[in-house]
Amino acid sequence: MSSFRQGTLGDWVFLNLTRSAAIFVLLMLAGTIASLVYGAWPAIEKFGFGFLWSGEWNPPAERFGALIPIYGTLATSLVALIIAVPVSFGIALFLTEMAPVWLKRPLGIAIELLAGIPSIVYGMWGLLVFAPVFAKYAQPLLANTLGKLPVIGELFSGPGLGIGILSAAVVLAIMTIPFIASVMRDVFDVTPAMLKESAYGVGATTWEVVWNVVLPYTKVGVIGGVMLGLGRALGETMAVTFLIGNMNVFGGFSLFLPGNSIASALANEFAEAESAIYTASLIELGLILFFITFIVLSLSKLLLMQLSRQEGATT
Amino acid sequence: MLIRTLRNAGLAAVSLLVISTAGAADITGAGATFPAPIYGKWAEAYQKATGNKMNYQSIGSGGGIKQITAKTVDFGASDMPLKPEELEKLGLVQFPTVIGGEVLAYNLPGIKTGDIRLTGAVLADIFLGKIVKWNDKAIADLNPKTQLPDQPIAVVRRADGSGTTFIFTNYLSKVSPEWKQKVGEGTAVQWPVGLGGKGNEGVSAFVQRLPGSIGYIEFAYAKQNKLTYALLQNAAGNYPTPSDTTFQAAAAGADWNKSAFYEILTNAPGKDAWPISGATFILMQKVQEKPVQALEALKFFEWAYKNGGKLADELDYVALPESVVKLIRAAWGNIKDTSGKPVWTGK
Repeated sequence: MSSFRQGTLGDWVFLNLTRSAAIFVLLMLAGTIASLVYGAWPAIEKFGFGFLWSGEWNPPAERFGALIPIYGTLATSLVALIIAVPVSFGIALFLTEMAPVWLKRPLGIAIELLAGIPSIVYGMWGLLVFAPVFAKYAQPLLANTLGKLPVIGELFSGPGLGIGILSAAVVLAIMTIPFIASVMRDVFDVTPAMLKESAYGVGATTWEVVWNVVLPYTKVGVIGGVMLGLGRALGETMAVTFLIGNMNVFGGFSLFLPGNSIASALANEFAEAESAIYTASLIELGLILFFITFIVLSLSKLLLMQLSRQEGATT
Repeated sequence: MLIRTLRNAGLAAVSLLVISTAGAADITGAGATFPAPIYGKWAEAYQKATGNKMNYQSIGSGGGIKQITAKTVDFGASDMPLKPEELEKLGLVQFPTVIGGEVLAYNLPGIKTGDIRLTGAVLADIFLGKIVKWNDKAIADLNPKTQLPDQPIAVVRRADGSGTTFIFTNYLSKVSPEWKQKVGEGTAVQWPVGLGGKGNEGVSAFVQRLPGSIGYIEFAYAKQNKLTYALLQNAAGNYPTPSDTTFQAAAAGADWNKSAFYEILTNAPGKDAWPISGATFILMQKVQEKPVQALEALKFFEWAYKNGGKLADELDYVALPESVVKLIRAAWGNIKDTSGKPVWTGK
């Protein structure tokens, strides 16, 4: 009786409860991978690794390849991050270092509210409001400025219809900004005031304080926030489906061209995919998205490890 | 106060339970999204008339085929008929319920409905990306009276897999050997050009927004959104106006009997037949383990053929001609219970 005092029993129950919760997550993960591989097996068997770099997506001929959706997924997410990271950084910087106190709360809440808007709303807004304006004003402007530059001009060539990889990326950026910005703000806020004030004390400017004190102190959190945004961008379905143009033929590297992403191909085609190999190919697309997310997460962990090692070397 | 709310909630929960158990004998179906509105309306009116319920889940044709093959529903629905040999393999029977038509909507300011006439071959070349301007000679030759603009053609098509796409690509495959060989037909194809919109409403939205665009949509959507659409040459060489009568003309000309209803009403012969028409189909198990359920389902469709025409009309679907309905009733004789006795007794 003495060995089963209330405290020990409670500890034992609690340990096993939390342990089974952790194991449950692992089981879910393993189950997801297993069922994706099982569902995709006919396609894996038929197309092999060629599935990854074949640019053909031809349901009537039952020939499938993932290159176009992979390209579209990566291109939209990457461009979205290129836009979203600096803007989010600016928002977080302003909120933590420069905004007057009375503005901090309402602005912070406004950003968090943006994160709560359902993605279908972004999609409809993008299609009906953003795309026409984007086609009329922004795309000609981009074509006449960036489009004239040597190498990157290629990215901004061709007629702008308001629908395409760039439009999808811009709306994705708007969707990811609240996530990245609020994480950045939270981690900037935890930088000890003493560190910042010491830096200000030796005469550093706001920029120097942020760049040399706040960012190094919070880099793990900042990278985490960016990865959260990237994760959202990679898997985003509805908003992208509305804006990307859903084109399964590669027309060139211009960001004005319509493309397709893995998530939107799944959303569009799964319900009406009638042949077994078609369904299997779509499931394999899902598996590939799973791996892309996995690789992105691993890379970010690797990057963090690299950073902490360098830290040890320089100090 | 709180207790009363709780008790009411409890009562509500109990009554929900009662409803769902009472529904055990109701019929269920699943599949195509295109006919979902009319099946819903029919179910409502049918329940009022007979007290029996029909639940329909619009999960897409592909899903409908999977569900009926797995026997989880009493009937499946598909916009794309199954080939006779496929029906044989899956042990299914199919029959059509309603007809619809598709039109080519365009956005050319100042050019009205009917001002542009197209042949199947020219249409295929537009969707192949071979004709890229509105004032191309091939289009101008067909429309000598219309002032065609020097404007690029923006092709719009469905992004999601759909029966609408199947009917449209089936039509293009019939009228253009090049389309047939390069692209083919299906609920989704590898489009050589064009922007993909999601659903009929997505394509309508693109067409309304992009000057110079052309896209295929269900006739009902073109009508509801007041879009301008082109006239198409049919197999007899005429340019009929899309309407209930010309869709029905396409159905009447088809030879339903020979092919287990595997009939796609595109490029149909009749002189008034609209060239891009199509029926939507019901799939049922050939051998019924639950003949009572099957009979209930058939009773529902019998009721719909008899009384559902007006409702279909209100929603811009077209009822089947009586000659076709007769063939369907005859085909119901093939649905049998496990002992080989036909389920449908004619009443």
